[in-house]
Amino acid sequence: MSLRSPLGEALGHGAAKDGVHHWRVQRLTAVALLPLASWFAVSLLAMPAHGYAAVAAWVGEPWTAVLLLLFVVTAAWHSQLGVRVVIEDYVHGRAMRTVLLALSGYLHVLAAAAGVFAVLRVALGGAA
Amino acid sequence: MAERPTSPHLSVYRMYRYTLLTSVLNRATGLVLALGLILMVYWLMALAAGPAAYARAAALLGLGVFKLVWLALLAVFSYHLCAGVRHLVWDTGRGLERAQSRASAYLVLIASAVVFVALAAWLLGRGQAS
Repeated sequence: MSLRSPLGEALGHGAAKDGVHHWRVQRLTAVALLPLASWFAVSLLAMPAHGYAAVAAWVGEPWTAVLLLLFVVTAAWHSQLGVRVVIEDYVHGRAMRTVLLALSGYLHVLAAAAGVFAVLRVALGGAA
Repeated sequence: MAERPTSPHLSVYRMYRYTLLTSVLNRATGLVLALGLILMVYWLMALAAGPAAYARAAALLGLGVFKLVWLALLAVFSYHLCAGVRHLVWDTGRGLERAQSRASAYLVLIASAVVFVALAAWLLGRGQAS
């Protein structure tokens, strides 16, 4: 038997039974993305040329690789949270909403996995 | 389950209201940035696939029309960045009064325009991007 009061069980969970987790992660990823996204945009703009050799050398630098990994994962996570809210708000059909939410989730995981793999392959020298 | 009222129907709102405009813009720019994420992953995967694949991707991404895509991405990035900072400030409980919120809405529009112009000038001033 639980000693927690019914109120204690309910507090902080809201209608979604998920508490503030979504809200918190959206903010945490947003804060992380301020420097990461700015760094990415400025780095690309500052690069004199975007040929294969130059870009591969850039991605191969240790700090670049680490920051790129963080950027890809954080951006995909933040994007997934944002797209989810938009779908939940504007797609009203239950079936369509479920399908779109799943599709968005799969695509974001795919983007994150591909981005991480690509950066690692270039950085660790496995690229052809 | 019976059809129940659902939220929001964009068409019933007065879109020229700054509160709604800034909110909708933040969501719209976020969705565009999600497409930008796909573009970035495509670019990284081409890089990982080697010089030949990268050259094919670079030929596609270097097309004239993509100049407009990069400009659009810089614009939505600038807005989403500034509007995001506004939201983070709100999250601390500050700036929620009507007058403050109105002022910060204009501040976001102006700041994002400034950031965009700076980034766009940088992009276009790069000469022939390769």
